[in-house]
Amino acid sequence: MAILATENTRLICQGFTGKQATFHCEQALAYGTNLVGGVTPGRGGQTHLCLPVFDTVAEAVSVTDANASVIYVPAAFAADAILEAAGAGIELIVCITEGIPVLDMLKVNAVLQDFPNTHLIGPNCPGIITPDVCKIGIMPGAIHKAGKIGVVSRSGTLTYEAVHQTTENGLGQSTCIGIGGDPIHGMDFIACLDLFAKDPATEGIIMVGEIGGDAEERAAAFIQAQINKPVVAYIAGTTAPAGKRMGHAGAIVSGGKGTAKHKFAALAEAGVEIVRSPADLGAAILAQLSS
Amino acid sequence: MNLHEYQAKQLFEQYNIPVPRAKVAFSSTEALGNAKELGGSRWLVKAQAHTGGRGKAGGVKLLDDLTELEQFSEQLLGSRLVTKQSGAEGQVVSAVLIESPAEIVRELYLSLLVDRSSRRVTIVASAAGGMDIEEVAASTPEKIHTQVIHPATGIQAHQAQSLGFALGLDKPARQQLSQILRQLYALFLDKDVSLLEINPLIVDQTGELAAVDAKIQLDDNAVFRHPDLQAFYDVSQVDEREHRAGEHQLNYIALSGEIGCMVNGAGLAMATMDLIQLHGGKPANFLDVGGGATAERVTEAFKLILSDTQVKAVLVNIFGGIVRCDLIAEGVIQAAKEIGIQIPVVVRLQGTAVEAGKALLEQSNLNLLTADDLTSAAQKAVAAAKGRI
Repeated sequence: MAILATENTRLICQGFTGKQATFHCEQALAYGTNLVGGVTPGRGGQTHLCLPVFDTVAEAVSVTDANASVIYVPAAFAADAILEAAGAGIELIVCITEGIPVLDMLKVNAVLQDFPNTHLIGPNCPGIITPDVCKIGIMPGAIHKAGKIGVVSRSGTLTYEAVHQTTENGLGQSTCIGIGGDPIHGMDFIACLDLFAKDPATEGIIMVGEIGGDAEERAAAFIQAQINKPVVAYIAGTTAPAGKRMGHAGAIVSGGKGTAKHKFAALAEAGVEIVRSPADLGAAILAQLSS
Repeated sequence: MNLHEYQAKQLFEQYNIPVPRAKVAFSSTEALGNAKELGGSRWLVKAQAHTGGRGKAGGVKLLDDLTELEQFSEQLLGSRLVTKQSGAEGQVVSAVLIESPAEIVRELYLSLLVDRSSRRVTIVASAAGGMDIEEVAASTPEKIHTQVIHPATGIQAHQAQSLGFALGLDKPARQQLSQILRQLYALFLDKDVSLLEINPLIVDQTGELAAVDAKIQLDDNAVFRHPDLQAFYDVSQVDEREHRAGEHQLNYIALSGEIGCMVNGAGLAMATMDLIQLHGGKPANFLDVGGGATAERVTEAFKLILSDTQVKAVLVNIFGGIVRCDLIAEGVIQAAKEIGIQIPVVVRLQGTAVEAGKALLEQSNLNLLTADDLTSAAQKAVAAAKGRI
């Protein structure tokens, strides 16, 4: 078992014939992901990476029975691509694209309310991977190991750190999700935590947050009320000065809100094991599971 | 991207949002000319710099003498205004706005922003205008009124009405507020604004509303579709190194410590700064080399880091996902050869092509310190900066 990305995932890629998409689709195929085709408007009927190319997502779905899509289209067109996938009945949409205007995502978010069975991961994220089963996104497959830890993170490279440490100490990962660094995005911590809580393969959870917004505080309340599995959390950005945007569009401390200190405190109060150093994530979750 | 007050007010005028009569000046002669043209006997001289708290920092003055006005403008232009928000270095004054002072009866607060919790554009209003709104929100939250805008309807009539009542406005002012809110929302959507703030929005002696100050922050991700707004970019307001970084698609923010950081990924870059502090050092910068790092970009990144003379050691922390560690290693070697690095460099590589990367560094015969894990990398960097390695 795992969450969202499973052996039943039938994946297509939007923006399939682009350079980035081609590279990462080759990697996904090599990893064993069940990629069944792709979409590039105007290239329908061709083949790419030995797979069929379609003009529209709807067509791709009707022919391949796809239920997941990974999006690599440029920022200006990415919001439209997400909604096209949702409209075609895709249940898992993973948007890797970074730099999508926030008002575009605001509209996407409003429209997705009409699609209660659709899960959007991202944008501006590394994607989702269930080790040895299904890799959707740009993460390096080789650092993963099938196992028992669910990883959810706003940051790509920090997800890799958590993965690396849980691979080294033998725990492995059930599923890893990078939810993305934008202020308005798809699945939040709570949605992922909820799925991990219900997943029998997940025995412990690593949550990596960062400064900005109040998603970690809301997650803390949810963990306290709903989660019976051990959770270890780290928040990046203790040293970030106020008013400066730290790379991710969402990572900013403004008006005294969204500080790492406040997030750490909320999580600690909710009974979450917090670590002050991202180097301690693996050891902390191991200790939690052993106790 | 931030706009100056005068730029924001130009947009307000396009959208029929009332603002006091004013003209921007880039020289003291021009300032004098503007004052004469505006007429009257009193003028506000307002420093144009991307920082809040300009009034308290002496960047805004009400004058009734034209000679003084010219002198004050001369003094402000090109100077660095140090405010509560600007940091010790201050922010350069790139223009002055000469404005006819409004007769202020009441000062209100009004803003529109993208609220990430509700995932909607939200209006925030308060009768306690002209003050630090964060302080108002903290000490008297009941004075803050919000309305969440649904994208399908825009601002609904009852929402504007209820804000008007909450602000204690009479009927004509409530109607004017509704009109202003609709116009502000249109501007917000048309121009991809992420924050729009009027503090204060005043009620004058005739009962009319006007925006006496204006702050607009545009969504950087959307500037590409607004060629007209790109002309508002004022390079003098951006840290010189941050501007240079942007030209090389590097994400750099200068800080005040002594350990330069070069990292891939924003989250890991922040975490690296945190680790340095945790082990007793201070980060000199935030630097994300991004997903498509090439040897050239790594070299540029080194140049940026080393242009800060406070830097006593550099920590390179790469977890290769898309980025290949061997390319990063090549960049480090090229930078070392090209610019001659005189201070200790600690390199920690992990992930894609890590073995090839490490081999390249070893063969280079450069005096680099290497580390395998985060903790030892941070410890070595801190020790090196303190001269202990």
